Amino acid sequence: MRELLPVVIDGAIYASWLFVVAIGLTLIYGVMKILNMAHGSLYALGAYAAASLGGAWFAGGHSPYASYAILVLAALIVGLIAGPLLERGLLRFMYGKDEIVLLLVTYAVFLILEDVIKLIWGVDPYFIAQPYGMLGNLDFAGLTYPVYSFVLIAVAIFIGIGIAWVLQRTRPGKLLLVVIHDREVSLAMGINVSLFYLTTFTAGAMLAAIGGALTAPTVSVVPGMGVEVIVLAFAVVVIGGLGSLPGAALGALIVGLVRSAAVHYLPQVELFSIYLVMALVLILRPKGLFAGFEARKI
Amino acid sequence: MNPRDRTLVTLVAALVVLLAVGALLPPWQFLATVALAKGCAVLGLMLLLRTGLVSFGQGLYFCLGAYSAGGLGQFLGVTDALVLLAAGCLVAAVVAVVLGFLLANYRNIFFAMLSLALSMILYGLLVKSQALGSTDGFNVAPPTLAGWALSGHDGRFFLYALACVVAFAGALTLDRYFKTPLGRLAAAIRDNELRVEYMGASVRQAIHVKYVIACALAGLGGALTGLTVGHIDPEMAYWTTSGEFVFVAILAGTGSVAAPFLGSVLFEIVRSVAYQHSPNTWQLALGTAMLLVIMFLPRGLWSIFATRGKVA
Repeated sequence: MRELLPVVIDGAIYASWLFVVAIGLTLIYGVMKILNMAHGSLYALGAYAAASLGGAWFAGGHSPYASYAILVLAALIVGLIAGPLLERGLLRFMYGKDEIVLLLVTYAVFLILEDVIKLIWGVDPYFIAQPYGMLGNLDFAGLTYPVYSFVLIAVAIFIGIGIAWVLQRTRPGKLLLVVIHDREVSLAMGINVSLFYLTTFTAGAMLAAIGGALTAPTVSVVPGMGVEVIVLAFAVVVIGGLGSLPGAALGALIVGLVRSAAVHYLPQVELFSIYLVMALVLILRPKGLFAGFEARKI
Repeated sequence: MNPRDRTLVTLVAALVVLLAVGALLPPWQFLATVALAKGCAVLGLMLLLRTGLVSFGQGLYFCLGAYSAGGLGQFLGVTDALVLLAAGCLVAAVVAVVLGFLLANYRNIFFAMLSLALSMILYGLLVKSQALGSTDGFNVAPPTLAGWALSGHDGRFFLYALACVVAFAGALTLDRYFKTPLGRLAAAIRDNELRVEYMGASVRQAIHVKYVIACALAGLGGALTGLTVGHIDPEMAYWTTSGEFVFVAILAGTGSVAAPFLGSVLFEIVRSVAYQHSPNTWQLALGTAMLLVIMFLPRGLWSIFATRGKVA
């Protein structure tokens, strides 16, 4: 039992990271029915932008405490550029095609973005560790944790509540639910559906980039960093149910706890435990634990 | 059946040309052997594509085939290429029979996702298994054929010839299969599953059989790749390997059993040339090509060759 608390804390930290990384994927799928394989690349773009912009910020000798805002700003810029570019420039020509064709289209985008990143930033690693180290450590339950990890948990909760609030309490959010429910009828009622698609995709891209930007201080930013994130994010949203917000939260928690339990008790199974859970959930509940609203389709 | 069916003639011609090119141009052999091996995996994927299924997890069987062949050589001292290829094919088929009971219930992105998850499980297992070399994998003992070593100048040609023959046999078998009633169900299932059931055929069973064939081909391809490259590692089960197969299959199209091999050879040539000249932009070119194909040639590059008006 002594070991249980660290497992839970590690799990919560990892889960919050997963949630931030995966939430954009489920948002885009929920609204547009696109399983975006380029999600990991957007994550990597966010990390690179954060490393560059943050690096310039520190080199300029500005206040280090504002660097957190810079990280988020970098992610927002990435989302604002990449989101509309991809949605308006490519994806809108693909609506109405099979989900699987859209999957292949975003796979092509993933291939392209992987190299775009190398063209812009080269292949050398980038580091932006200051925001991570600056906050120091916190002793908790006999163990030491970086404060930054707890910031990550707070950010995940904030994002989750924020999105839920927008969807349920604001007019555009409610309209978006209408669009999800029935695209044609909402078109007929005068809702600007293509604007909602554009906004959703951009928001999803921003969330992916924020995930990357907040991860950048904890890792070295290298080419290919998005490749693994894609499958992890897939695992999270598939477990929870594609397109479901509480599903993504639950999926992140499950994957986070499973991985941290595996790391603590049975390190050999760490890597595949996540995919094992994903496969099990797909086998037992193919549409995920929080299945979407399928009934409306007929 | 169809007097204008020239598949057999085309395949024989392709086999002769491939053997001649290989004999005249030794440096071409290695690249082409790997391309033909991967072409086998793509061939299997093509069968699934014709059924309307996309598997993002063929790497699982590709890797299984390679590890079975490599493991037999490493731990049991078996080096006969034919035995090793058969073993790779068989292990993949057996695993596919088991997993097929599960996967045959899934369609669309769920099929893609579950197959991806399964291949990532194997990847995770292999990465953590020290006995099999963890992330480094291990070297495959040089294969022999009926006592002959398949290394050295002549040996490499024979390995290449073996790959050509295996690819030829695979393509021909699948072509014959497509012309059987069960094979013809593929397009029917893709178009309208419900009506296939009304006709009295079991969609589930048909998909299961097709899945096993596809996976056996992937296992065969993996074993052949392992023997050719002489080294295997868990990367073969990573989702990017499966993604590469999907890429080649989409690019080549499903018009003919020769398409996957053509696509695979083209892909390997482009990759090796592009990798030398611009290692940082070749994926960009690949991605762009894929988008163009999806948009303008939904039936793949092969549709350029296919006669106009002929409905697949």
